[in-house]
Amino acid sequence: MSEEKNMLQIELESMKRVDLVTVAGRIDSSNAGELEKTLSGIIGSGRFNIILELSQLTYMSSAGLRAIVSTLRECKKRFGDLRLAAPSERVTEVLDLAGLMPLFEIYEDTTAAVGSF
Amino acid sequence: MGKKQVLTVAGRYDKVKKICEFVAEGARQAGLNEDAVFHVELCCDEASTNIIEHAYGAENVGQITISYQASEERFTITLHDNGRTFNPEEVPPPPPLPDSIDGLAPPEPSELFFDNLQIGGLGVHFIRSLMDEVHFDFSKQHGNTLTMVKYISSEAQP
Repeated sequence: MSEEKNMLQIELESMKRVDLVTVAGRIDSSNAGELEKTLSGIIGSGRFNIILELSQLTYMSSAGLRAIVSTLRECKKRFGDLRLAAPSERVTEVLDLAGLMPLFEIYEDTTAAVGSF
Repeated sequence: MGKKQVLTVAGRYDKVKKICEFVAEGARQAGLNEDAVFHVELCCDEASTNIIEHAYGAENVGQITISYQASEERFTITLHDNGRTFNPEEVPPPPPLPDSIDGLAPPEPSELFFDNLQIGGLGVHFIRSLMDEVHFDFSKQHGNTLTMVKYISSEAQP
């Protein structure tokens, strides 16, 4: 796996009704805080509809999962939601292993996910 | 039995990837497929993170020594630390989700569900689910040693 693929890349795009966060690379305990910071920044700005695009996220440990689940909790508290678009095979496996798949609405691409809000 | 390979790193989160890469390389050489290598990598990540978070309680408190050894049938990994005793066997599994009905919206978990999830030890749950054998030994003199075994012959199974 190349070094580039190992690096965590987070891109944020604010749309009219939803914030799209594209996460690529690798999330573990060393950098899950970066994702958490991005997501809590969105919540802090008063926006509670979030899509995570995870097609290029090649690795995620429970540290990344905790960041996502705690953001889902904050969104739900405020009648918003965090939905997933195109999670990679590894991310799907981790979600499934944790038994948390039913918590999320999952869409095959960002267009479908954006349209769901 | 292959030669035992050993790596010692500082107990810091930015060393977790190095631990994972070290073990993943050994797992590939031992003949595990990419799914099994990912499982081994994930378990070493979770175990190292737990050592820093729970056994040492913070970064830069102590070292983590990780080793692996392969035989024809078993890929054996050990992680050693000198922190507080953290017995993964005492960590409860993640809480079950509320019942959902097929075709309807995802279940609405309670606040308690989320609280329990934070302390429920997802990492330990991953290790229990993905490794074929897990042992934990601890002593005041010698510290904590977690041993995890992945069967090479049953690598298609989690």
